[in-house]
Amino acid sequence: MAQNIQIAYDVKGENTNTIHRRRAVAYVVLVLLTILCLFWFYVLFVNATRSNSAIQSGFSPIPGTNLVANWTNLLHGTLPIWNGLFNSLLISVCSAGLCVYFSAMTAYSIHVYRFAGRKLIATFILAVMMIPTQVTALGFLQLIGVLKMEDTFWPLIIPAIAAPATFFYMKQYLDSSLPLEIVEAARIDGSGEVRTYNTIVMPIVKPAIAVQAIFTFVSSWNNYFTPALVLKSDKMKTLPILIAQLRAADWLKFDMGQVYIMIAFAILPVIVVYLCLSKYIVGGIAAGSVKG
Amino acid sequence: MKTKKSKVSAFNKWGYIFLIPFIVVYCIFQLVPLVNTVYNSFFENYRSGLTQVGPNPVGLANFQSLFATKDIWNYFGNTMIMWAMGFIPQILVSLLLGAWFSDNRLRLKAAGFFKTVIYLPNLIMASAFSMLFFALFADSGPINGMLLHLGILKEPYTFMSHTASARWLIAFINFLMWFGNTTILLMAGMMGIDTSLYEAAEVDGANSRQKFFRVTLPLLKPILIYVMITSLIGGLQMFDVPQIFTNGTGDPARTTMTLIMYLNKHLYSKNLGMGGALSVFLFVITGILSLIVFKTSGFKLEDE
Repeated sequence: MAQNIQIAYDVKGENTNTIHRRRAVAYVVLVLLTILCLFWFYVLFVNATRSNSAIQSGFSPIPGTNLVANWTNLLHGTLPIWNGLFNSLLISVCSAGLCVYFSAMTAYSIHVYRFAGRKLIATFILAVMMIPTQVTALGFLQLIGVLKMEDTFWPLIIPAIAAPATFFYMKQYLDSSLPLEIVEAARIDGSGEVRTYNTIVMPIVKPAIAVQAIFTFVSSWNNYFTPALVLKSDKMKTLPILIAQLRAADWLKFDMGQVYIMIAFAILPVIVVYLCLSKYIVGGIAAGSVKG
Repeated sequence: MKTKKSKVSAFNKWGYIFLIPFIVVYCIFQLVPLVNTVYNSFFENYRSGLTQVGPNPVGLANFQSLFATKDIWNYFGNTMIMWAMGFIPQILVSLLLGAWFSDNRLRLKAAGFFKTVIYLPNLIMASAFSMLFFALFADSGPINGMLLHLGILKEPYTFMSHTASARWLIAFINFLMWFGNTTILLMAGMMGIDTSLYEAAEVDGANSRQKFFRVTLPLLKPILIYVMITSLIGGLQMFDVPQIFTNGTGDPARTTMTLIMYLNKHLYSKNLGMGGALSVFLFVITGILSLIVFKTSGFKLEDE
């Protein structure tokens, strides 16, 4: 025993230098990766503040003075950016709200109640969790044609109610944080089942709801494939579609200052939200995956 | 006893009621479209100029013509190559960072800051990201400007006209967007490993390299499989980045055309038969892959 402790001590003593060296290597790599992640946004920001002619004449690391001019040009340009922003916000907020409320309700149903077919339904939802929406897009488009929902927001909002990934996350969260005794106690106090869910369960699972709401919001905000197939008229388009239009235009004739500020405009809301809530977001990512 | 049981089962009917919104919406917007997509794959149904051909039932002819051309295999190959070009660096960097972040003896400062930064690209709109890269790497864009200025290049490099550089840029965007996410997943897995195993390895004289390869990696295998298969499923869906980056053409010479870009073309040209066959092909592949995830993720209901 004494011998073992002696060895451990020796190993540790010998490693102090190695640890310093490894720490130095780790910091260097992390700083390089940080630069690799942020460099593009720095160039984006700098170019958004420069005039088209300045951008065309070559790169400069120093921000220009054309930010306001670029912004006014974009506002008076052909792209309906306020419409795009409003449409993106409306779709993303509604999707996030419906998704967390109803997918958490589904997880709650499987968590609390014991009914025939419970296991079958839970297994089914998880089995289809990974099926991408793209493979059903063809039938989906035909369906919304039949339902007369083309060029409306409904086909982008309503399907959010059934989100298997949110179900999975909420189910895991409920397992660890909602003892059935709480539900029983609420029943004894005469609370109805819907009221129990709304006023007792929802506050308890608020942290998980917040994480899932953010993720649903962001993925809806960034979604390009389905909205591009569903939305046709200019006033219905979302920001990713406007960005794609920017790319499809004869972009060399474009004012590049406007292109950069448009990109910044589309990603800035998410960056601001992320920087405010990064602690919860980064903490919430791993919780929804497999348990090691 | 009997009254209690019937009371409980009276409550249990609420289980069904709470399931209604999810199940109804799922059936209408996912299941019906899926069945409809498969159904469409057995019909000849497309537009040729102004004339509408079909729908005529043609059995498996759509699948035959889908696999008869080389296109599908080229696009499948493109998708897999660009996925692998992004995924291999991604998993290596993520393993390294995960090991550093979860190493108690390394005690990295500002780990929270680094995690926040490396996760940030994951939340950026993929279409905006690729538009940004398209502008930055354009023939007269800032990157060429810098390389010329530094004297690395003599004349602008046409990144978009070379297969290798176009693919690497697309793979690089995917790498940037996903390595933070993978790092955090792997780190969570590494934190879950019993520290006494490392202590035992240290007592036996293992260095940090041996600890990583002999203790961490074997125990991380389930999570590594999960990360790889989910990334592969995501890779098969690769669309936004190459679509915006190449304006849907998949240029140069359609070497960056992915399967979903191909599907998107069929959806726009309303070639429903071929689009359906392609969707079924994708559905079968992702179905098999998700089955593997499902088996390895070890999901259990708590009362089993």
